[in-house]
Amino acid sequence: MINLKGRSLVSITDYSKEEILRILDIAEEFEDNQRQNILNGYVIGSLFFEPSTRTRLSFESAVQYLGGSIIGFASPDVSSVTKGESLKDTILTVSNYSDLIVMRNPLDGSARYASEVSPVPILNAGDGANQHPTQCLLDLYSIRKTQGTLDNIHIAMVGDLKYGRTVHSLVQALSLFGATFHFVSPDSLKMPSSVKTWVKNANLEYHQYTDFMDVMPIADILYMTRIQGERFPDPLEYEKVKNAYILENSMLENTKDNLKVLHPLPRVNELNEDVDDNPKAYYFQQAKNGVYVRQALIAAILGLK
Amino acid sequence: MKNKRTELKVSAIRNGTVIDHIPSEVVYQVFGILNLDQTNSQVYLGTNLDSKKLGKKGIIKISDKFFKDEEISKIALVAPNATLIEINDYDVTKKGNVHLPENVDKIVKCINPKCVTNNQNVPTSFKVTEDHKGNMKLFCKYCEKTMAKDNIEFN
Ligand SMILES: [Zn+2]
Repeated sequence: MINLKGRSLVSITDYSKEEILRILDIAEEFEDNQRQNILNGYVIGSLFFEPSTRTRLSFESAVQYLGGSIIGFASPDVSSVTKGESLKDTILTVSNYSDLIVMRNPLDGSARYASEVSPVPILNAGDGANQHPTQCLLDLYSIRKTQGTLDNIHIAMVGDLKYGRTVHSLVQALSLFGATFHFVSPDSLKMPSSVKTWVKNANLEYHQYTDFMDVMPIADILYMTRIQGERFPDPLEYEKVKNAYILENSMLENTKDNLKVLHPLPRVNELNEDVDDNPKAYYFQQAKNGVYVRQALIAAILGLK
Repeated sequence: MKNKRTELKVSAIRNGTVIDHIPSEVVYQVFGILNLDQTNSQVYLGTNLDSKKLGKKGIIKISDKFFKDEEISKIALVAPNATLIEINDYDVTKKGNVHLPENVDKIVKCINPKCVTNNQNVPTSFKVTEDHKGNMKLFCKYCEKTMAKDNIEFN
C-alpha cells in the first residue's frame, strides 16, 4: 500500500516508481474534477525565501481549488528573515501555524534541512540549484498525458544541460521507466558526468549532439530549456551560446506525429512564438498540469487521498 | 619482527595506538582529524621516514589511547592505506588497515559555497561513494553535490 502521508518531498529520488505513479494518478483525478473541498480547515504555510511568482501562484491556486488557506510570505524582505532569523527558527515557528510547509529557498540543501527540523511535512518548491521535485512531477505528468505512457520514450533535452536542474531531475526520474536520452547542447553546457553515470547505472542509453536537427526525427518529447546569463562567470561565453538553440515552427516539419514540445517556462528566446500555435506545442498546458500535480501532492501528504 | 624494529626507532610505546604508513604529506592532517592537539596523552609524530611502499611515510604513536572505529575511519579519507596497530604491554594486540566509513559527519566541509551547511548552523553529513572508476567520493546529504577526494577540506 502506498502511503505518502506525513512525508516530506525534498528530492524526486525520495519517491519510488510506484509512488510517482500514485501521485500522477491522483493528479489525473484532479484534472477531471478540480474543485474538491477537502482542505477545508487546513492551513498551508508558503515560505518563499526568494521570489518565484510562477511557482508560488501555482501552489496558491492548488490550495485554493482544494478549499484550504495559505499563510506565509512571497519574498524575504517582508519577513523576519531580513532581521537575521535562522531557517530553523522560521520553520519551527511557521510549523506551529500550519499543517504543511511549501518552501522555496536559494540555498542548496535547505529543503532537506528544513524537513529534518520541521514537525510538519515540507514540500520543496525549489532549493537553489539543487531540486525542484514538483516541476519534475508535472513534467512526468505531461509526458504520460501526451504519450499515453512513461515507458521507453525517446526524450531530447535541448539547451543548458549543465546547470539546468530540471533536466537533471527528469533524467533521474525517467531512468525508472526505461527512456532513451538525446542530449543536445553546446560543448560548454553538456550534461554533467554525474547525470550520465546515472543513466549508465540504469542500463540505459544516451546520445549527445551539438546539431539540434539531428534529434528532430527521433524524439517523442522535445524538452527545451533556457540558457541563463547569470550562470556564466564569463559574459562573452554567454554571448557565444545564448542563441545556439532556438526552436522555430518550421523545424518541426519532419518530426513524429506524437511529438510534444515541453519547456519549464518562463522562456527567453529559445522558443519562437510561431511555435505556440503548432499543436505539438504543449508548454502552457504543461504549466497548467502543475496545478493538478500540486493538488495531488498536498492531498496525498496530508493523507486526504 | 623486522617491521617492529623500524618503528622502535621512533620510540616504543607500552600501551596505545600506532598509525603507520601515512603518506608524509598528510601526517598533520591525520593529527588534526584525531584531535591530537587536545589530548593529554604522549604523542610521537614521525614524518619523512623511509618506506618501501610509500617512499616517504609518516607515523603517529599515541600512548594510552585507543580509538573507536568511527574516529579512526575518518583518517581513511586522507590516508586510505594507513595501518592501525594497537599495543598492550609492548605487544601488538591488533593490526589492520583503516576502513572507510559509510558516512562522514561534521568533520568535512562541503565544497559548495551555496550549500545550507555553509550558510546556516547545520553540521555537514556525507555519504561515502565511488565513481565508476572506483575513486572515493563524498555525496553531500543536503545539497546533493558529489565531492572528489582532492576537494576534501576539514572543518
Ligand atoms: Zn553540500
